[in-house]
Amino acid sequence: MAHELPYIAAIAEAIHEEMERDETVLYFGQNIATSENDPFLQAFGSDRVRVTPISETAEIGIAVGAAFAGYRPVVELYMAEFMLVAMDQVVNEAPRFHYMSGGQVKVPIVLKAGYGFTCGWAGQHTGSIYGMFMGVPGLKVALPATAADAKGLMTASIRDDNPVVFFHHYLLTLEHGEVPDGEYVVQLGEAAVRREGGDVTIVALGWLLGKALKAAEQLAAEGINAEVIDPRSLAPLDTATILESVAKTGRLVIVDQSTRHGSAAAVIAAEVASEGFSSLRAPIKLVCALDATIPYSEPMEAYLLPDEAKIVDAVQQVLGFAPVGV
Amino acid sequence: MWRIRAFEERVGELTRADEVYGLVHLSIGQEGVAAGVCGQLRADDAVYSNHRAHGHVIAKGAPIERVLAELMGRENGLCRGLGGSMHLVDAEHGFMGATGVVGGNVPLALGSALASRLLGSDAVAVVFFGDGAVQGGIFVESVNLAALWRLPAILVCENNGFAEFTPRSAHTNVERVGDVVAPWGLARETVDGNDVVAVHEAFGRFLAGARRGDGPMLLECLTHRLRGHYEGDPARYREALAAEEWQERDPILRLQRRGAVEGWFDGRVPGRLEHEARTEVEEAVRLARESPFPPPSLVSELVYAGL
Repeated sequence: MAHELPYIAAIAEAIHEEMERDETVLYFGQNIATSENDPFLQAFGSDRVRVTPISETAEIGIAVGAAFAGYRPVVELYMAEFMLVAMDQVVNEAPRFHYMSGGQVKVPIVLKAGYGFTCGWAGQHTGSIYGMFMGVPGLKVALPATAADAKGLMTASIRDDNPVVFFHHYLLTLEHGEVPDGEYVVQLGEAAVRREGGDVTIVALGWLLGKALKAAEQLAAEGINAEVIDPRSLAPLDTATILESVAKTGRLVIVDQSTRHGSAAAVIAAEVASEGFSSLRAPIKLVCALDATIPYSEPMEAYLLPDEAKIVDAVQQVLGFAPVGV
Repeated sequence: MWRIRAFEERVGELTRADEVYGLVHLSIGQEGVAAGVCGQLRADDAVYSNHRAHGHVIAKGAPIERVLAELMGRENGLCRGLGGSMHLVDAEHGFMGATGVVGGNVPLALGSALASRLLGSDAVAVVFFGDGAVQGGIFVESVNLAALWRLPAILVCENNGFAEFTPRSAHTNVERVGDVVAPWGLARETVDGNDVVAVHEAFGRFLAGARRGDGPMLLECLTHRLRGHYEGDPARYREALAAEEWQERDPILRLQRRGAVEGWFDGRVPGRLEHEARTEVEEAVRLARESPFPPPSLVSELVYAGL
């Protein structure tokens, strides 16, 4: 059975249900419980649900130390950029300790951070910076694009014995979707084929999945059948599903809100170019944000970001119906 | 102290002979702090240290041959050769981690302290750091949270007057590390870190308080790092301590002199302790040399826990 929930509530439901099932799950972060009536505080008490000062590095470090002792902390960071404040903990400490200790300790933490908002939140609150975490050994990265996956991936992230950065897209916050009741797990490292088609593979991340699906409808009206893939997690990355699709279609367009060189798209493109070259009948096309900080003014935001028209254009390029441009 | 001294001196030799690989930071001269603190802790008290961790891990109970095997990159090392000098972990004895980025260990210790509280245990967390760590944001941020949440954490600062290659005066206007944490009201004391009896006594009081739930505390131990920041550091940035002056300050010699004066250390004991320590270390060298290197394929096996 399922019920309709907005994306953001699906995430909260996952955390709540896991905290009910497993008393080692903790939840902390700035402003996470602003009154005594907060549902998490009411349900689990102030030992397990802790409001922190603005101290990302200490918050995450404490989560790591508590994880060594057998707890499973979820840290609410709100914005991907705020996580950058704590990069020593996120990159040098959390993901490396299991390895450097020769397997003696585990770090089952979840770092929850929103990204990609735009909407005039400007240069330091809108970045799609998941690319920089993809290559960190020991770190996993979840990137749900639907409400159901938001719940399923959060559950999987909490249960994972490794540190997981859980990126939720701010523009999906109120997107409603059917969310399974009760226990629901979406494994990390499994992509989802959202639309089947034989003419071109479109891999689209997060909020851009919706744009890609709309672009696919527009293309279908022109007789072009796109297969749309949602990676769902970036580390581990399900390259097998993408390669299988490209083997069928021969053409790949990757849609990513990141800037080009920092993008997951660049990593996916490298994997397909290196492992699936013989399947390709056209160059791989990346539809990314322009290489600039997200500007404040609305027309500039729209200019810089991927959209349906740019996706359609890219597909037409790889199909040879339009010149392959910049 | 004798065991740590023998170990560190031997590691210095092995580093120069390229049998101990890479970047190594010795704690010769600072043994009084490790011994005075760790000797009083239980296995379930979590200890964290920094890049200069050999003394702490040994004092916390790690078998010397496994520490040495780790420094020599062997399969039998504490971390199977994956961590090395700056990332020693001996979870069985409660040495939860040495870290190589200054200050990174402080919030980790608070996490262990929090876990202890949540479990209803009176176990404490202890974190060793140098005077150089105190100016970092993470230190102050951690002190704030430790005080706010009243965590059972004891912060032990080995103030040897140098942060890597520059003296404390080049880093801050605040001379005493204890003064840095004053606004948060932590119980704090400054002791002579080279007087192992004084360290033992002060830390013992702090430990009892921390177990009682008195909240976080800071023990500043004034000490001296006899060697350079790392093995190989030419240390041109400071004047070498004259041999006579070091004789006055050496924690081992000071304990011996005190023991002799007070009558509880008969003349043959220091020699015997030193001999036993060196024998133990030589045996560790032999065992480490015989231990195989881990299979290279190990690099891919422990990237993730679980599947």
